[in-house]
Amino acid sequence: MRAIAEGLFTDETPPRLLGGRERETGRVVFPCPAGNACDPVPLAREGRLWSYTVQRYRPKTPPYAGPEAFAPWIVAYVELPGEVIVEARLVDVAFDAVEIGMPVRLVQVPLDPEAAEPLVIPAFAPIAGGRA
Amino acid sequence: MSDVCIVGIGIHPFGRTDGLSGLDQGVFAVRQALADAGVDWPQVQFAYGSSDAAGNPDTMVDRLGLTGVQFINVRNGCAAGGSALFSAQMAIKSGEFELGLAVGFDKHPRGAFNALPSEYNLPDWYGEAGYMVTTQFFAAKIMRYMHMFDISHETLARVAEKAFRNGAHAPHAWRRQPVPIEEILAAPLVSDPYTKYMFCSPAEGGVALVLASEKKARELGKPLVRLKAATMRTRPPHSFEVFAPSVDVVADDSAPRGTATRIASADAFRLAGIGPGDIDVAQLQDTEAGAEIMHMAENGFCADGDQERWLAEGRTEIGGALPVNTDGGCLACGEPIGASGLRQVYENVVQLRGDGGDRQVPHQPKTAYSHVYGAPGVSAVTILER
Repeated sequence: MRAIAEGLFTDETPPRLLGGRERETGRVVFPCPAGNACDPVPLAREGRLWSYTVQRYRPKTPPYAGPEAFAPWIVAYVELPGEVIVEARLVDVAFDAVEIGMPVRLVQVPLDPEAAEPLVIPAFAPIAGGRA
Repeated sequence: MSDVCIVGIGIHPFGRTDGLSGLDQGVFAVRQALADAGVDWPQVQFAYGSSDAAGNPDTMVDRLGLTGVQFINVRNGCAAGGSALFSAQMAIKSGEFELGLAVGFDKHPRGAFNALPSEYNLPDWYGEAGYMVTTQFFAAKIMRYMHMFDISHETLARVAEKAFRNGAHAPHAWRRQPVPIEEILAAPLVSDPYTKYMFCSPAEGGVALVLASEKKARELGKPLVRLKAATMRTRPPHSFEVFAPSVDVVADDSAPRGTATRIASADAFRLAGIGPGDIDVAQLQDTEAGAEIMHMAENGFCADGDQERWLAEGRTEIGGALPVNTDGGCLACGEPIGASGLRQVYENVVQLRGDGGDRQVPHQPKTAYSHVYGAPGVSAVTILER
């Protein structure tokens, strides 16, 4: 499966997210911006949930490119220690079981699983047996 | 330096007005404000106008009269109205002019604001994945805040319940039916933890304020409502803002982060020479219920976490120690971006004049505070005194 955009993930297996380190300040951002102000930097695979919400209605299209048939999903902000807090989906957890601080690990999920050639987006999933 | 005074106020009711353009509603508000001040359009020396989605404000000279007046348009996100007011008071403070206008209006399509990534310097995939949704950000922001400072769902609901109850007494408000707290809590979720009653909606409306130098205000014989401070500030490093694919990590994340609001507020209090404890009535940006909660602390009125007690004790009710959002705020009035910040100042002038009717703050308030906040980390504050 192809990523929704170039330059989001590293090429390794399993992949990591590709952030950008600002050359002047050392600040890490995600995604890595185009241009030469930042150097690409692979980000940690594991972190902790910093905050979240559940998207309960279908976002407007454009720009949303997810399936027409909408099922709510979790938007997470995940703190990758010492690097940056990134926004991504949170999967494999019930809405009422989500807890800020829970340990999570990077995965890839299809934006539209029914699509002929699904595009994958960044997501995190709880680490089995992990404790908040 | 002499004070700038607000000598006339006008408003077109907020909500939905089919058949009237945003500009029409702005013109309506200007005429009402001029009549209130007892001045004619040709006396107006300058105007600053704000509109986000309803066209160029300066085109209203067609309707008001081609007097050659200086008319500058302002776009500044949710701080647009506050920025127009800031600019207008500077024009008088500088000595250049004695009488002028700040006007704001808007008319947005129904439903959530529809933003595209390219307008925010973001990659297309960010929108395709479903993240160009303002409600997501506001929800994630309060979720973090509730976790850090033990704010309950019930406290969020209390804010919304108060808004509709206050709005019922404001003729310019949109949603004027009280809603029981149980219904607010049980309503469908839009973005957790917020139910549909806890978000304001894009709306329509217009507000105009006539500003004068103190000398001119005395000539007009109006009660002196002084603009003691007007500030507009942008965000400091590390703040959490709308449409953020990433947020900075900080060494100590147990304390609240810096915000544009904290800067604008502290500077406004410094300019006015008073503190939060001296304020008698406040209008705080409440595009969602949690915004009012967070902004109570960011503007210095209480410590983070004290909101739980403040709301339970009714301290922000119209009869409380610090009445907040006496006309129901954005939750009851909706948010026409260009007009919203000026509505707060309109409401404060009403309160300081004692014209609030059933929503009047008791004991003749002498100081009033207004605050807006918007994307991507802008804030405007005013302090009025009579």
